[in-house]
Amino acid sequence: MSPAAARQVTPFAPSDPPEMRSNPTLRQKVVIRDVDFFYGAFKALNGITLPLHDKRVTAFIGPSGCGKSTLLRVLNRIYELYPGQRATGEVIVDGENILSPGVDLNLLRARIGMVFQKPTPFPMSIYDNIAFGIRLYERLQHHELDERVESALRRAALWDEVKDKLRQSGLGLSGGQQQRLCIARAVAVQPEILLLDEPASALDPISTQRIEELIAELKADYCIAIVTHNMQQAARSSDYTAFMYLGELIEFDETERIFTRPKQKHTEDYITGRFG
Amino acid sequence: MAIYARRRLINALVMVLALAATGFGLLWLVLVLWTLLWNGIAAITPALFSQMTPPPGSAGGLLNAIFGSVVMTLIATLLGTPTGILAGTFLAEYSRGSRFGEVVRFINDILLSAPSIIVGLFVYELMVLRMGHFSAWAGAVALAIIVVPVVVRTTEDMLNLVPNALREAASALGSPKWKVIVLVSYRAAIQGMVTGVMLAVARIAGETAPLLFTALNNQFWSTDLNAPMANLPVVIFQFAMSPYADWQVLAWGGALLITITVLFLNIGARALASWGTFKQ
Repeated sequence: MSPAAARQVTPFAPSDPPEMRSNPTLRQKVVIRDVDFFYGAFKALNGITLPLHDKRVTAFIGPSGCGKSTLLRVLNRIYELYPGQRATGEVIVDGENILSPGVDLNLLRARIGMVFQKPTPFPMSIYDNIAFGIRLYERLQHHELDERVESALRRAALWDEVKDKLRQSGLGLSGGQQQRLCIARAVAVQPEILLLDEPASALDPISTQRIEELIAELKADYCIAIVTHNMQQAARSSDYTAFMYLGELIEFDETERIFTRPKQKHTEDYITGRFG
Repeated sequence: MAIYARRRLINALVMVLALAATGFGLLWLVLVLWTLLWNGIAAITPALFSQMTPPPGSAGGLLNAIFGSVVMTLIATLLGTPTGILAGTFLAEYSRGSRFGEVVRFINDILLSAPSIIVGLFVYELMVLRMGHFSAWAGAVALAIIVVPVVVRTTEDMLNLVPNALREAASALGSPKWKVIVLVSYRAAIQGMVTGVMLAVARIAGETAPLLFTALNNQFWSTDLNAPMANLPVVIFQFAMSPYADWQVLAWGGALLITITVLFLNIGARALASWGTFKQ
């Protein structure tokens, strides 16, 4: 499929559901426009264009190596930790192109939280794990900090399990708890956008379910983008779905349409398990 | 079945050879320790820790030498550790894949294996000749030069073991790079880094050659860092080579003392390292 064909099914095409353009509550928080990405000489993303809506979950699906995680890593420019990786095009967040050179990366990342595939608790206490991000940008009184930590842990549905051992190491928690700790940590700095990179792929079914419930709750306040290999997860927990293949955006639409009436044969083959 | 019999035979053969090689290596270590203990234990008396190095024929101890060794090792550690940690941090966190980093790492490896007598001569040229006299400062600087490459290497190795995912996670919260390093990378690597420093201290505790050209020796109690200072390795060297029996006994005692200290530093370092991995 050519890039031009992919672009026909992007949200700016007339075939889009009308509510996306007319419904004021569905503000486009992020607009990704013509984004290319390079690992050195290798082009990993090719002219990606789509919006992320506020207070909605957008899922990115596609076979391994299709560029969905790469796209997520563009949105908070975390790829810049590594020399040789670069992105071109525009990512407009609230009217500002965050790919332009003058953007303060630390402030940007404080606005855009990210949770990774493997849980990454810091080697410090549960409390300090959460307080770490808050302390970066805010000077709070002790009791205020305590409240923020508690509310973040409550949001991540972890408070009841850890409230009696806040001073113990975060490394002592189970995998599912660690991942919820990471979500709490991301939520604690009160970002506007949450990027979830296969947040449940390393977890058992029960932990996965808790994470999905959490995503459904967090949706009320955030613009959420989630990368997942799990088709059912995308179908269950997202409002919009983007199907990517070999660095191209093949199809983007409401999740229900993608999973019931996909426009592209390629998408249909993938979601029905014929390849991938 | 023939093939399994052959494999079992070869396995047994290699096992015996490996055990023999291990035994051969350990034998000498045990012999050294045993000789040291046998000859040195008699010298471990209260006088060893309370009296100065004596002239031949009179009673005495090693207090001034013990003090000198502790002081110079301490100063060397205080000089070498921050330098080593900062340089190791540069290599692991800032210069990954850069040409300059490669060069620095290569030079550090050379320094790591440089004969310590060269370091002694270098500091002799640099400080002793210019100041016009031997001094404890020169001794401490020579030891610090030995500390630096050890700490650089362990710091870099330990920071390289910190998963990039942790750095990404901290950066993704909006943390500036220096805070990622100080609050996350260091915290994840601290046990290994401390172990490295302890191993460096153990290394310099027994170094003789660099002190011979720098701190020299002092028969008397001295706390003046601008004057020659007694130290265990040089005293052992001098006393052991002497024809006097009582000096030789003191040399055995000093040798035992250093060996025990180094042994405990090493055991402590290992315990710390394994405790760290166990906790995680």
